[in-house]
Amino acid sequence: MKVKVIVTLKNGVLDPQGKAIQQTLNSMGFLNVNEVRQGKYFVIDIKENDESKAKIKAEDMCKKLLANLVIEDYKIV
Amino acid sequence: MKSSVIIFPGSNCDRDMDVALKKFGFKNQMIWHNEESIPKSDLIVLPGGFSYGDYLRCGSIASKSKIIKSVIEFANSGGLVLGICNGFQILTETGLLPGILQQNKYLNFICGNVFVKVKDKTNKYFKNIKKDILELHIAHNEGNYFCSEEELKLLEDNNQIAVTYCSKKGDESLEHNPNGALKNIAGIVNKNRNVLGMMPHPERMIDKYLSGEDGSLFFENLLGNLK
Repeated sequence: MKVKVIVTLKNGVLDPQGKAIQQTLNSMGFLNVNEVRQGKYFVIDIKENDESKAKIKAEDMCKKLLANLVIEDYKIV
Repeated sequence: MKSSVIIFPGSNCDRDMDVALKKFGFKNQMIWHNEESIPKSDLIVLPGGFSYGDYLRCGSIASKSKIIKSVIEFANSGGLVLGICNGFQILTETGLLPGILQQNKYLNFICGNVFVKVKDKTNKYFKNIKKDILELHIAHNEGNYFCSEEELKLLEDNNQIAVTYCSKKGDESLEHNPNGALKNIAGIVNKNRNVLGMMPHPERMIDKYLSGEDGSLFFENLLGNLK
């Protein structure tokens, strides 16, 4: 089954790319954009039919490789 | 003294490091990342470059490569491990050093000479070094050192901050910080002071024709401290 994971920067961690995107959006006329935070999205196909087991595996992957917990949070969606 | 330079796919400062180590008297050997063990060494170097194309996060894939287990064991048994640039990024991803190197604050790849202040001379890398301010070369896109407040306090309390960006005269104000690194951090050591990660490249400053020789000081000093 496929498990989807979103990795984002933790609150308070500077996101220079998000900031540049926000400023560009503002300059394009999207004046009501206050902040943009950029992240990563993974679709992982796991050989597993049990959803909860697949999610446990995905969580292990997040902790060990997909996210760096110093600056990033992950969410399995 | 024997040294080993680990080569990952995408490393590109491995040969420069080889030349530098040999110039100052190390018997150096090059080790491919797919090896499982490292021949007896007094120093292991993780060189600069773009291991695995910087995929996912800089250094993250290399930090899971086959050879890394041996590097971690060597470091944990007190062996000297030096990570330069991408090597520093790999060391933070393995957990041997705290924190992470984020993208430069101003989003540009930076390449040029900088000055760094030696903040701690109790480690084998900088003990007895003749200068307090070194001119070294940097070339990176992700050199913006970051760690949690708690971790920073530990680094400061244990004098683990090895080198910081500064002006020629040692001024550490913001204008001399090229990448936004926390507290101008250019390099740190681990708690046991045997693992050093730093963004500047001493191996690029080992000849008067290479815009400076402060890298020579670094290698001569390191070898002297190992003898």
